[in-house]
Amino acid sequence: MIHPGTVRRRRLTGLLLLVVLLTVAVVASIAIGTRSLAPTTVFDAVTHAFGCDGGPFRCPARSTAEEIVRELRLPRTALALFAGVALGVAGALIQGYTRNPLADAGLLGLNAGAGFLAALSIFLFGFTAPAQYIWFAFAGSAIAGVIVFGVSSIGGGKASPLSLILAGAAVTAFLQAMTNAIIVLDNAALDTYRFWVVGNVAGREAEVFWEVLPFLVVGVGMAMAAAPSLNLLSLGDDVARGLGVDVTRARAFGLIAVVLLSGGATAAIGPIAFLGLVVPHMARTITGPDNKWLIPYSGLFGGLLLLVADVAGRVIARPGELQVGVMLAAIGAPFFIALVRRKRLVAL
Amino acid sequence: MDEPTGRVAAAPPSADGTDRAVTELRRVRPALRVGPVSLVLRPVVFGIVVALAVAVFALFCLDIAVGDTHIPLGRVLDVLGGGGTRSQRFIIIESRLPRALTAVVVGAALGLSGALMQSILHNPLAGPDVLGITTGASVGAVAVLVGSGGATTGLVATVGAPIAALTGGLLTAVVIYLLAWGRGGGGERGVTGFRLVLIGIGVNAVLMSVISWLLTRASLTDAARAQLWLTGSLNGADMARVVPAVVALSVVTVVSLMSARTLAALRLGEDSTRVLGVRIQSQQALLIGASVVAASVATAAVGPVGFVALAAPQIARMALRTAGEPLIASALTGAALVAGADVLSRAFLPVDLPVGIVTAALGGPFLLYLLVRMNRKATLS
Repeated sequence: MIHPGTVRRRRLTGLLLLVVLLTVAVVASIAIGTRSLAPTTVFDAVTHAFGCDGGPFRCPARSTAEEIVRELRLPRTALALFAGVALGVAGALIQGYTRNPLADAGLLGLNAGAGFLAALSIFLFGFTAPAQYIWFAFAGSAIAGVIVFGVSSIGGGKASPLSLILAGAAVTAFLQAMTNAIIVLDNAALDTYRFWVVGNVAGREAEVFWEVLPFLVVGVGMAMAAAPSLNLLSLGDDVARGLGVDVTRARAFGLIAVVLLSGGATAAIGPIAFLGLVVPHMARTITGPDNKWLIPYSGLFGGLLLLVADVAGRVIARPGELQVGVMLAAIGAPFFIALVRRKRLVAL
Repeated sequence: MDEPTGRVAAAPPSADGTDRAVTELRRVRPALRVGPVSLVLRPVVFGIVVALAVAVFALFCLDIAVGDTHIPLGRVLDVLGGGGTRSQRFIIIESRLPRALTAVVVGAALGLSGALMQSILHNPLAGPDVLGITTGASVGAVAVLVGSGGATTGLVATVGAPIAALTGGLLTAVVIYLLAWGRGGGGERGVTGFRLVLIGIGVNAVLMSVISWLLTRASLTDAARAQLWLTGSLNGADMARVVPAVVALSVVTVVSLMSARTLAALRLGEDSTRVLGVRIQSQQALLIGASVVAASVATAAVGPVGFVALAAPQIARMALRTAGEPLIASALTGAALVAGADVLSRAFLPVDLPVGIVTAALGGPFLLYLLVRMNRKATLS
């Protein structure tokens, strides 16, 4: 038994460390790229940008370096940071509500749902810009989420890790085939879709960021509000009910938060698998099972991981870059496999 | 698994002596034995299998008959029997037959592959699709299609892509199997179905992202070509590609039929199987290998045709009311599904959709039904 004071100290130290690391990652993300910039230039450009009237994304640039920072690096960094936070929090929520250590928005079909409706809208309406099709991607992940959770909970039983993941894989396979049907008919749709589906924070306009931001903020707020009842739910449905939790309502609340977070993030940067899976496990080693700590920690870890993966993707594949979705699959898969290989999969 | 209808139970030790009980059983269920192959003859099951075979042949002929110009079924049968004029023979034998034959062979391979995998892993949802084997095959083919820089014909496209697909599928299976190797729940070293499925799903996710990435690296033309292949299309099927598939399918069929008894034992659970004296790991590895080869060969021939490997064994099982997934009936059902989907697509749909999309569209609802049924059963028991 660890002394409560030790846990508390560890949580606070960890938080401080995370914030420092995040700051470093943000600076690196702005500075490193095809054209690397000195930290002083970055600092100067950023302070000037934030001092502007029109906001940091609309400020006239004084030099090329500043233009790069403003037009490309700042939106990209902000997008990566916020999407990472959202996916991390969503991961913690999904694992908490399903009591399933293997749950992840990508593995549970939410990404495939977003992909299907995005492709459909690109095909039907000829959209080319993310800002146009994000709403459809959003709706798609919501629908897929409802189907997967609905199907795996029919029969009233607790969905085992295997049955939930299988439901996700099944729905993913079906939606993927439908998506293929659409894009095989239309080359223009294929051209837009293939750059979205790989999971990418580059080349998205700042507009996308502002459009999804409200959803991410509301989602994080809901997640924090859900933390206490989620703690009670982790004691088992019967105990939670006995302690006065409306279990069905708590679950619905959680699902809405998950869809807002992962739907918003997926709409903005494309499907990212494994982030939501890995991050809560990392966070849990520091915070323990208390969701009031676990959820914000997962958010910070998520932002950090996505930023680091994005920067690493730019460094590894110079002069090109490896998209963040591919990077995260490469990082997350070994983790997932190690998790599966552990002797027993303890239910959360 | 299901209720054990139609399975021959071990002879119960009776007061009259075991011999008589055995004779009794033999009388009820006459068996056919050739070397290690042993089939219990069951008239109803036999009847359904024959009916399935007839249905496959009918769909095969229909698949030849439909197309840009419809050919009367009578003439198709006539030409297949060796008759017909020279031009009729040309159209049917040279241009229509390869496609129909590919559909049947690919379907049979997928059905058999799914039946093997689902029997071994004790899970109706386990199949080469879910485990990522077809995705691994796709990575191989897409890499060649994208890397060859727009070679639409020639050796690279016709031979390179299928070989790469086969390699990709086999490699993926080996990787998944090795990763799933370890200490099981009972402390025994080996591969457990549960772990294999989960790791397969994880590996599948990675391979999907590799395909996405490959598609962004290609020119739009190459990406479109790769994408068409990814939907599982019978367009461009030719004899050169069917022959290896036929050979592989025959070998796999023989191997799996010889192991049919092991399969029945494996179905009883790993502990019982061990007690019955079956060397689990080597047999399991052999049968998984057979399943992978069948799935990879099918994918290599036409691209990933989704849901057939998953649905065919289940449909066959429901039709025959057997405890496990029946091998021959699953293969026939798979063949009927793919040939049927091709007929449906070309005869009735306004756009000529790739057969993989048709099977997926039909298979999706079926899969959801399976999931719900499985969950219900899990709750009830």
